[in-house]
Amino acid sequence: MLWIALRFPVLPLEIFSRSIAASDPFVVFEKHGNRTQVIACNAAAAASGVQPGMAVSAAQALEAGLIARARDLSAEQESLSGIAAWAGRFTPSVSIQPPDGLLLEVASCLRLHRGLDNLLRMIRSGLDEMGYASTIACAPTPHGAWLLALAQAEVIVHEAAQMERILGKLPVRLLDQPPQVLSGLEMVGAHTVRDCLRLPRSGLARRFGAGLLDELGRALGSLPDAREFFVPPPEFERRLELPAPVHEAEALLFAARRLLPELEGYLSLRQAGVQEFELVCRHERMPATVVKLGFVKPTRSVGRMQLLLRETLAKTRLTAPVHTIALHARLILPLDAANTDLFQEGEDAEDGTLLLERLRIRLGKEAVFGLAPHADHRPECAWRRCEAGGAVEPLPNARRPAWLLPRPVPCREGRLVLKSGPERIESGWWDGRDAVRDYYVAQDGSGSRLWVYCDRVSGEWYVHGLFA
Amino acid sequence: MSAALDAVLQHPGIWRGDRLAEAGMDALPTGYPELDAQLPGGGWPRGALTEILLEREGIGELRLLLPALARASEQDKWLTWVSPPHLPYAPALSAAGVKLEHLLVAQPKAEADAWWTAEQALRSGACSAVLAWLKAPDERRMRRLQLGAETGHAMGVLFRHASAAEERSPAALRLRLEAGAEGLAVHILKRRGGHLDRPVLLDLNRTGVRRARPPLSVVPQKTLEAA
Repeated sequence: MLWIALRFPVLPLEIFSRSIAASDPFVVFEKHGNRTQVIACNAAAAASGVQPGMAVSAAQALEAGLIARARDLSAEQESLSGIAAWAGRFTPSVSIQPPDGLLLEVASCLRLHRGLDNLLRMIRSGLDEMGYASTIACAPTPHGAWLLALAQAEVIVHEAAQMERILGKLPVRLLDQPPQVLSGLEMVGAHTVRDCLRLPRSGLARRFGAGLLDELGRALGSLPDAREFFVPPPEFERRLELPAPVHEAEALLFAARRLLPELEGYLSLRQAGVQEFELVCRHERMPATVVKLGFVKPTRSVGRMQLLLRETLAKTRLTAPVHTIALHARLILPLDAANTDLFQEGEDAEDGTLLLERLRIRLGKEAVFGLAPHADHRPECAWRRCEAGGAVEPLPNARRPAWLLPRPVPCREGRLVLKSGPERIESGWWDGRDAVRDYYVAQDGSGSRLWVYCDRVSGEWYVHGLFA
Repeated sequence: MSAALDAVLQHPGIWRGDRLAEAGMDALPTGYPELDAQLPGGGWPRGALTEILLEREGIGELRLLLPALARASEQDKWLTWVSPPHLPYAPALSAAGVKLEHLLVAQPKAEADAWWTAEQALRSGACSAVLAWLKAPDERRMRRLQLGAETGHAMGVLFRHASAAEERSPAALRLRLEAGAEGLAVHILKRRGGHLDRPVLLDLNRTGVRRARPPLSVVPQKTLEAA
């Protein structure tokens, strides 16, 4: 077993600040009785002297443009499950460690990710992309890894035998014990984990309860530690509150991009792809703007979602400033893992659907189509618009022109030479668009070959196509 | 010429002015051997823009392309038509051997969108060929198409009116089509490597589209005073 512990020390701040690129001075506060206390501040606020632990009024006195938000515990938990979903791309065994951590069991999937170093690199860059700062530690036991992450010791421990030596250096206050146990340990002079382990076990259990021994046993690996793994919800729904209202749709892209990796991880955890999702932009006192995105085929590629989202947002007009965005993915379909070619990057088909999606977004759905023949004798009915790329039954007719005029044009040419014909078509009496015609191939004076017909009811001549 | 110099001249990077630029040109055979012989690489250039200039429609501009399009549509890539002036008629294309499931027709409303579409299609690498009928070409837009075709390795074909023949163009190949008594006259205005003064005459009915019936010329001619 090898566990990776991820701890997000500034999560209360990041749930707000990761949705914007610019860093205005920003703090998160919490109410303690009558006092409102800053619990986290960003670099811009720290630069003007704001520190955690200060009263909000004091911070505001230091920095006039300070944005202060109350801590949102439920949003933090939501973010944590969002990150858990994202981490599903690396391993199916993801466990949430409240209040601000995740534990990933990765021993079984190291080879898939080409080793631990590579996996850690991917985790780090992924968290960075989503806007989370983290402390990462690895150890053979989940609790051991978590204690290391709490101590901000970014170490990798492979051997269970080393655990005692490495954990021994950690201070006892990191242990998950009631305050009276921790202060009691300090009073008997046990300041580090090693000090605790040196004390006689029976006495330790009698004085501080079995809970302490149990925790130490789990951390060192001598006692089992069963973790409950994160189960992805049936639908993906994530919201992101913006620290300040946003007026332009394109500025929302930055925030939305923070959510897409979570969606991708969620989809890979469920071995699924998304075919439709929507970005809901909430306004104050106004109905929300819903930006819908559809894909030709289910996908879970962040690159594709980002590209299409960018083009869709570029066309979106916002009626009012946006304070919260939410990403909903409802149409989630199973997606077979694709076999990649050993020798070539075989992404042609993928490119093809991407082009189709992009054209549809920019030009509108009805402006991009495929063509299919249709079994009908009337030339204007012998074709259909269809979904591009759909399977099409060929119905060849070599005597037809390559260009068909959408509606026949009365002949105005001075002289036409009939080259072949007639081909009589009588059809359509049953649906009111009766065609009683004799078709000829004709050539005009300048060498164009036309497909003309004589309407046998009226005797008029029409051009219906061009042999281009 | 000395043997040593001969050996040097065999180097693929060296092009001699009296030859067509063949080395390194990837081309799609046109289906007309007379034309292939005059085109660098022996066909329509891939990864480059081709301009086809014509006085009026319906003289055989699509029949000239259809054999190559049929071959291009064998690939699992789009065959994109951007702003065609009329409806590409499915039964006729199918008869020419074009795989209809790879056909993609885009009809953008705005001209700027049409240029964007053509460029994106060429650039994407997801199209085997892109046929475009675009208005208001200028050199910058044309160059973008040419670069797009190079990036996406697609065969780009731009149809324009014959009056543009005198304009400068970044296209790798420029042809002017003219209907003649003996068939279609293809004037090669620009190609990589050498100039060609006389047009190539093609009988499209003979070699072009696969025909189920014998050539049409056996049918006696009639004249018609049209209304």
